[in-house]
Amino acid sequence: MLELIETITGVPAPLLFGQVLLGLINGAFYAMLSLGLAVIFGLLNIINFTHGAQFMMGAFVAWMLLAWAGLGYWWALILAPLIVGFTGVVIERLMISRLYKLDHLYGLLLTFGIGLIIEGVFRNQFGSSGLPYRIPPELSGAWDLGFMFMPVYRGWVVISSLVVCLATWLVIEKTRLGAYLRAATENAALVQAFGVNVPRMITLTYGAGVALAALGGVLAAPIYSVNPQMGTNLIIVVFAVVVIGGMGSILGSIITGFGLGIVEGLTKVYWPEASATVIFVIMAIVLLTRPAGLFGRA
Amino acid sequence: MELTRRSVLAGAAAATAIAPLSRARAQANTIKIGVLTDMSGTYRDNTGPTSVAATREAVAEFGTSHGFTVEVLDADHQNKPDVGSNIARQWYDQGVDLILDVPTSSVGLAVNQIAKEKNKAYINVGSATADLTGAQCAATTIHWAYDTYMLAKSTGGAMVRAGGDSWYFITADYAFGHALERDTMAFVRAAGGRILGNVRTPFPGTSDFSSFLLQAQAARPKVIGLANAGGDTANCVKQAAEFGITRGGIKLAALLLFINDINGIGLQTAKGLICTETFYWTMNDKTRAWTQRVVRRTPTNYPNMIHAGCYSGALHFLKTVADMGVPAAKASGVDLVNRMKARPSEDDLFGRCEIRADGRRLLPSYLLEVKSPEESTGPWDYYKVAQTTPANEAFRPLAEGNCPLVRG
Repeated sequence: MLELIETITGVPAPLLFGQVLLGLINGAFYAMLSLGLAVIFGLLNIINFTHGAQFMMGAFVAWMLLAWAGLGYWWALILAPLIVGFTGVVIERLMISRLYKLDHLYGLLLTFGIGLIIEGVFRNQFGSSGLPYRIPPELSGAWDLGFMFMPVYRGWVVISSLVVCLATWLVIEKTRLGAYLRAATENAALVQAFGVNVPRMITLTYGAGVALAALGGVLAAPIYSVNPQMGTNLIIVVFAVVVIGGMGSILGSIITGFGLGIVEGLTKVYWPEASATVIFVIMAIVLLTRPAGLFGRA
Repeated sequence: MELTRRSVLAGAAAATAIAPLSRARAQANTIKIGVLTDMSGTYRDNTGPTSVAATREAVAEFGTSHGFTVEVLDADHQNKPDVGSNIARQWYDQGVDLILDVPTSSVGLAVNQIAKEKNKAYINVGSATADLTGAQCAATTIHWAYDTYMLAKSTGGAMVRAGGDSWYFITADYAFGHALERDTMAFVRAAGGRILGNVRTPFPGTSDFSSFLLQAQAARPKVIGLANAGGDTANCVKQAAEFGITRGGIKLAALLLFINDINGIGLQTAKGLICTETFYWTMNDKTRAWTQRVVRRTPTNYPNMIHAGCYSGALHFLKTVADMGVPAAKASGVDLVNRMKARPSEDDLFGRCEIRADGRRLLPSYLLEVKSPEESTGPWDYYKVAQTTPANEAFRPLAEGNCPLVRG
């Protein structure tokens, strides 16, 4: 069987399995980040370009909690999303809320600008070469899968990301709160007429989307170096994921996130130089054939 | 004296006539050093504000008793050759006498052309490419602290000698990565080693290197050569540890690694890595005293060989200007650089160093091994010196560089 795979693909089977698995791990980050973007876009109609910076803030807050307050990884998993989510609430109340009546473009420019400022501030404060953040002892080590060494921590990332994605999807699709959210997306004025505090719901939704980004940042901290540019590298890909999945589609962003992670992983084997561009090629093809995205409604 | 309208007008006219004159005189008697560097990108800690601080330290130490004043400017080239070229052009046109640092090989080479065209002095400290003293050498340029050839020879050579005779390269897919890979491959082959393969990773924009590391591992080399820099190298090192690649007996050769990168990776992960620099801050009492002075200006970032090089380059430049006089120094970049080459540079950090006709400054290189957390006794105590390559052996021989300045 293994020989068969090797003959068909031209790559040793263990290496291929390894790459698919790694793709899945990267896909977990894509899924979680694009999910936050999709939730925010769905309700606020804002393309949140600050998302990368908020992902980075999540990682930095985890580092600060450890270095300054002695609070480890598990605390960071809870506290960092809350803290960064709160900054999101403040940003939404003070600035973004003023733009809802204007064209998308204004929201995009505002959030892009805020992202650049946040990044600049962190770079001035912490420099560019990054800060070390260790894998928590409970999750260090690796499983020998035969075809590769699978770090326990990466397994944890995939599982926790899947759980978070699924939970978010359930909340939005299956609960009363989710029903309000979806209704407000369709017709905010009507929902408000029924006595639901729509502005507050919008604020909290933005905060929740930001918290998801921050959670991604905490999960990423032990893998990548915690540095001010870490969000920039990831966010452009994540935007492509959102466009491919269909703007605002929750399920679309989850499935596309994991799927594109695998496609990218395989490209790294067959044509490494193209691995940074393959997602954008797919995006171009999808936009040409299905402008609303794979799971979007036109 | 009666104050008439005429006398007031005359006075005003005289004042307007004199003001530019005195400004021009001040200009003629001010030497300007422009530190062109990465203030906001991935190489900020390796160069950036600490390069500026080190240059200012040199100026402060040089003092004001030489009959001219010194001004230090700085600018961010954002690692973009076009941005860097524009600033360099503007600076030279506005009377900047020396451009210093310029990391990122593509920008470093672009500024090299402009200095040549404008006949102005240029000390490159931050770029790695050995082409600055090879095919693209210029009479206006000195390459101050290190280059790809010397990194390849020191780190690459040491790995092969230690038994690492089969290599796989993970290479940043741009000019610098290619040059470093090429130079290192040459040393590995010359020492009887084998190249099992390489993978070119997109730059910038790659943060997950685990796929590439597993491909490297599958080729079963003894050494994985990292021909990249900054955050890319840091991520490679972290992820190689995570996937148990280094535990499996494969060694990592970080071909360009600075002490600042190690601070970011953390000793637990970086311990045992081999790298090469020409300066280590705690080498002796003099380097330690100097470092304490610089760190006052940039408390979170300790100086590496580039920062030390900016200090030493600025100091040698200022001494030479004092020697030949400001008007002569401003007249011709080629003459100024020739005078700088004619005598060895001398300072507390590097001692005496000759500067070759092709612009290569010769200095010893240190093969360094990263300490384990237990061995480290204080902040930024990261290296053990494993080996020293003397100045006359560390760099590419003059005849092999194909520099037009020295060809017959």
